[in-house]
Amino acid sequence: MIISVASGKGGTGKTLVATSLALSLLDEQKQVQLLDCDVEEPNAHIFFNSQPVYEEVVTLPVPQVEYARCQYCGKCSEVCQFRAIALLKRTLVIFPDVCHSCGGCWHLCPAGALEPVAREVGNVRISRAGSLEIVSGSLKLGTHISPPVVKAVRQKENRENIVIIDGPPGSSCPVMAAVAGTDFCILVTEPTPFGLNDLSLAVEMLQVLGVPCGVVINRDVPGNDIIDRFCQEKGLQILLRIPFQTKIARAYARGIPLVKSDPLWREKFRDLYHRVAREVQQ
Amino acid sequence: MRIAISASGETLEDSLNPRLGRCEYFVLYNDDTGETLAIENTGRFSVGAAGIATVGLLNDHGVDVLITGNVGPNAFTALQAAGIQVYTGASGKVRDVLQDYKDGKLNEAKGPNVGPHGR
Repeated sequence: MIISVASGKGGTGKTLVATSLALSLLDEQKQVQLLDCDVEEPNAHIFFNSQPVYEEVVTLPVPQVEYARCQYCGKCSEVCQFRAIALLKRTLVIFPDVCHSCGGCWHLCPAGALEPVAREVGNVRISRAGSLEIVSGSLKLGTHISPPVVKAVRQKENRENIVIIDGPPGSSCPVMAAVAGTDFCILVTEPTPFGLNDLSLAVEMLQVLGVPCGVVINRDVPGNDIIDRFCQEKGLQILLRIPFQTKIARAYARGIPLVKSDPLWREKFRDLYHRVAREVQQ
Repeated sequence: MRIAISASGETLEDSLNPRLGRCEYFVLYNDDTGETLAIENTGRFSVGAAGIATVGLLNDHGVDVLITGNVGPNAFTALQAAGIQVYTGASGKVRDVLQDYKDGKLNEAKGPNVGPHGR
């Protein structure tokens, strides 16, 4: 089973939920994988004393020109929707950082002067903390197209395991790459107008992708019901409430997962998993 | 020689727009004939890499010299490839900027003067 964790707004507690959920499941009968797909700022590994076991480089194909063959017809620059190739007078200039690797240029070049070469865009690291496997993606500094790195992390997922995906914030391409095809998405939010606004965008995105979802309210404050009202209106389940408490923030800031700082949470997170599993089975 | 100034309007009285890839117009001045002509910057409609698209437009119009505010790394690479001389950091009315250029008061850019800012 693959469970993704997303939020819309950043800083609402995706990693708090993903790390504690993964830890609470370690004594279930299945293997647990925690995938950190927040490749612009991966931080789930910080919460574990893990040992590295594997590393690979993620590359994308970008065009390279063989000037001796180029006829300067401009076809490549014409087909590129991202302006990654410009024909300027008798110079063909390639901008690898704006290339989206569609392959249009090297497939359509009438002179066969363009060929794809690998450009490094990030890496994937696997580490182990006991029986927990942590797969972490990291976008290379200066690169800004993250979905290929997210997808490379997800290639390591094994449906036989319980896979927890810690997603990036937002509701655009990187998040879609992290949640598409997962069995369920846990949306972590906070009871603020920003939390609500971005939650509603994330819910809309998940509807388009056909991924069922439920809500975890973090920093829950009694008497504040803006998220409850939204969930009622949309028919969304509230799966868990994490109260706004200094002791939770203090432990988390020291890198101690919630289920370790207060063992009572282990049961609550295991219950969260079983609620999600029931939803998925229905 | 054809001199292009990134501008927010079509006339010599309009202001220089410092954003190369997103300026509305270019006022083109031909220093052989003294004629001016305004062209719309269609490059500004690009979702990303507007600077590269804009340099393509300037290249198509046979521009030799560009006067603007800010040039990022990709636009600068494209300008060099197109053989267009570039003067950055200019501001004020197009007419005054042009006069400063003629008086030799502007400095030619040796590299981009801002970091990457497109997608």
